[in-house]
Amino acid sequence: METVTITMKNAPALYLEADNVSPDAFAGKTAAQIAELSVHEGNTTSTLGKYFEVIGNAGATAADTKIVVKGDVKKVKYLGFKMTAGELVIEGSTDLYVGAWMKGGKILAKGNIEAFAATAMKGGELIVEGNAGNYLGAAYRGDWRGMSGGKILVMGNAGSDIGMYMTGGEIIVNGNIDVHALTHAEGGRLVVKGNAKSKVGGQMIDGEIIIFGSIDTMMPGFKPVSEAELEVDGAKAKFSHFIGDMGERHKKRKGQIVYGNLYKKI
Amino acid sequence: MSEYIIKNGHVFDPVQGIKGDKKDISIKDGKIVDKVSSSAKVIDAKDKTVMAGAVEIHAHIAGPKVNLGRIYRPEDKLFSCTPTHGMERMGGGASIPTTFKTGYEYAKMGYTTAMEAAMPPLFSRHVHEEIRDTPIIDEGAFPVFGNNWFVMEYLKNHEIENTAAYCAWLLRATKGYAIKIVNPGGTEAWGWGLNCLSIHDPVPYFDITPAEIIKGLIEANEYLGLPHSMHIHPNNLGNPGCYETTLDTLKLAEGFKTKNKFGREQVMHLTHTQFHSYKGTNWGDFESGAKEVTDYVNKNKNITIDTGNVTLDETTTMTADGPFEHHLCGLNHLKWANVDVELETAAGVVPYIYSPNISVCAIQWAIGLEIPLMMKDPMRCYITTDHPNAGPFTRYPRVIKWLMSKKARDAQVNAFKHKDKVLSQTSIGSLDREISLYELAQMTRAGPAKSLGLSAMCGGLKPGMDADVAVYNFNPDKPVANPDDIETAFSRCAAVFKSGIQVVSNGEIVSTGNKRTLWVDVHVKDNPQVMRDINEKFVKFYSMTQNNYEALGHHFVPNPYALEVDATQA
Ligand SMILES: [Zn+2]
Repeated sequence: METVTITMKNAPALYLEADNVSPDAFAGKTAAQIAELSVHEGNTTSTLGKYFEVIGNAGATAADTKIVVKGDVKKVKYLGFKMTAGELVIEGSTDLYVGAWMKGGKILAKGNIEAFAATAMKGGELIVEGNAGNYLGAAYRGDWRGMSGGKILVMGNAGSDIGMYMTGGEIIVNGNIDVHALTHAEGGRLVVKGNAKSKVGGQMIDGEIIIFGSIDTMMPGFKPVSEAELEVDGAKAKFSHFIGDMGERHKKRKGQIVYGNLYKKI
Repeated sequence: MSEYIIKNGHVFDPVQGIKGDKKDISIKDGKIVDKVSSSAKVIDAKDKTVMAGAVEIHAHIAGPKVNLGRIYRPEDKLFSCTPTHGMERMGGGASIPTTFKTGYEYAKMGYTTAMEAAMPPLFSRHVHEEIRDTPIIDEGAFPVFGNNWFVMEYLKNHEIENTAAYCAWLLRATKGYAIKIVNPGGTEAWGWGLNCLSIHDPVPYFDITPAEIIKGLIEANEYLGLPHSMHIHPNNLGNPGCYETTLDTLKLAEGFKTKNKFGREQVMHLTHTQFHSYKGTNWGDFESGAKEVTDYVNKNKNITIDTGNVTLDETTTMTADGPFEHHLCGLNHLKWANVDVELETAAGVVPYIYSPNISVCAIQWAIGLEIPLMMKDPMRCYITTDHPNAGPFTRYPRVIKWLMSKKARDAQVNAFKHKDKVLSQTSIGSLDREISLYELAQMTRAGPAKSLGLSAMCGGLKPGMDADVAVYNFNPDKPVANPDDIETAFSRCAAVFKSGIQVVSNGEIVSTGNKRTLWVDVHVKDNPQVMRDINEKFVKFYSMTQNNYEALGHHFVPNPYALEVDATQA
């Protein structure tokens, strides 16, 4: 695997849309060619090389390419946009749409990331060592197709509306989450090791939510059914089991009505 | 104005019976002429196909329903935006493009005239603002009458003269083009939580049936002698078994003769016939009723139809058939929007994915192609996708490919997941007909122009007609190597002229032309009763005054073209 290191040298005045910073866009290119890839600052299109110093050539394919992003990229959006393979390491904190529409490969964000990360993610892995923003692994605005595959791990906290319209894959948050989790979900799994606020699983018709900490206010559409012992990440614990959202339509699978499942640690 | 001569192209013009002969087309002062001077600019059309500008008879491209789709489907614009370039302003949207993109896309495919198929009269100002902002193409809009309180009250007592006077007033107030009916009575019934699924289901409160509304509006249309006929989306759209309701509806036209000065021969236009040609009792035994419907239409010359081809895309359905959209949302569970339009109509919007992996969608695709392949007279059957309901209008080149190439149809059938079901429930596999370029010109130019009463103006290349001309990179002398070449050729014209102005060159927009709004100005005898009724309804029921209702003046209709009709002697 070849490594390309891009380091922020001339910070943009406005936010920078760097949707070409992905192993797919870099693959097969030399450092000089990578520096010529387009970026957008406001309504102006210019080159990656105007802002970043680029060192190293990419591998022949996305899978053979690792990108390391250094320097202050708090005002950079779309890192890892639509990536299908390879690796991306973001050493600091960054802005919106990290790994949006990603299908494969691995992203490691060592700082915090802002909203809409992993929008409509289909596969691959996103690891955030800091905090994640709102709409993590959610559907694009207006769309009903959220995260459908892959894995997201957030070591810190995550914001509101995570996993909206999720249909598959897994989100694990080691810290706390804000309001609205897995709204409208039709599959997938969310594990929160910390606390959740209100509106957890609203309008959910399938999928699974596991909360280790507290839930401020339960949705009235969730019905307690039993207690369950689950093993999550190698740790065994006892949970109250709720099904819902009872206000929604629910499909049948093998003659059984399917509900969203919510487990809260006792 | 400049002169042009389009030289050596293969010309297909049903108006003059020209079937691919090498001919020069001369343009002067916005019109087709016999001769131009030697200073005329030459367009080389050697080895290319030349036709009149195409005429869209039914699409949803302007107004509140379309815009509601744009607003509530931001995802339709995701990854489909085009930035400003050359003459073009930025555009976006796949199934519900922005107004600018709508104009550019039609023009690039060689379309120069288009009809917005359902204008809610109360929102005619919005419709006209969007038409104004759609560049290049001439447009008209059909106000909807089939669930209108005035119409239902007059027709309950069979008051044809009053109905006609009201229609004339509304066409003028809204700058409308034709009388459109959508699910007659059913959309009003929807306001009561009901529907009219047959032509004999009574409309609640109004105590009238769809059959009475349909017949009454045919009579009013012919009393006035309008350019277009009554244009109908019948009851019971999209349900297995609906072809029977369709046949019942078509039979209502029996015995009616047209009376107009525009060369139109039909008294009823049946739209998006595909959605109305379903047999079977449920989605499991769903099958094609295309044969039954086209057999009837083939025999009855006072009817024209358009197809409503399913293009196998993700799209946005939108119709004044409010109850249908609610029903559809119950089937696909995607988001639903609904609007009630006071005394007049309603509308619903639901996204829809016509997946080639779902047997019903694949059968719908086949029915949409069976209809034009089974219709004997291409002058009475026009290609549409009921944009965006069965697919976006930008897919016309693909529909043309399927109609012109059995090989392309077979390839699609073989790609379906439920191929056997498509072949057993439809006859698409045994239809060998391939539409010729001449027939294509009938189905997309001369035919729709005649049905709309525009045959003196557009749809042909006869001297004296508007110089709307499309030149395609398609050599009819050469065998088609790959059916995809047909799609490519009809996607982007080599050249397009609109009223004598070159608007497209090598697939790019080079002028935004001289866009006009077509409307029908009918003069009727003074009718104080109808004027009093209108005044009373505005005072008692409408949420706005009559002064704020009409689409007036330069802001709404900056470049009008009125078709004058004198019905004072009727
Ligand atoms: Zn329609």
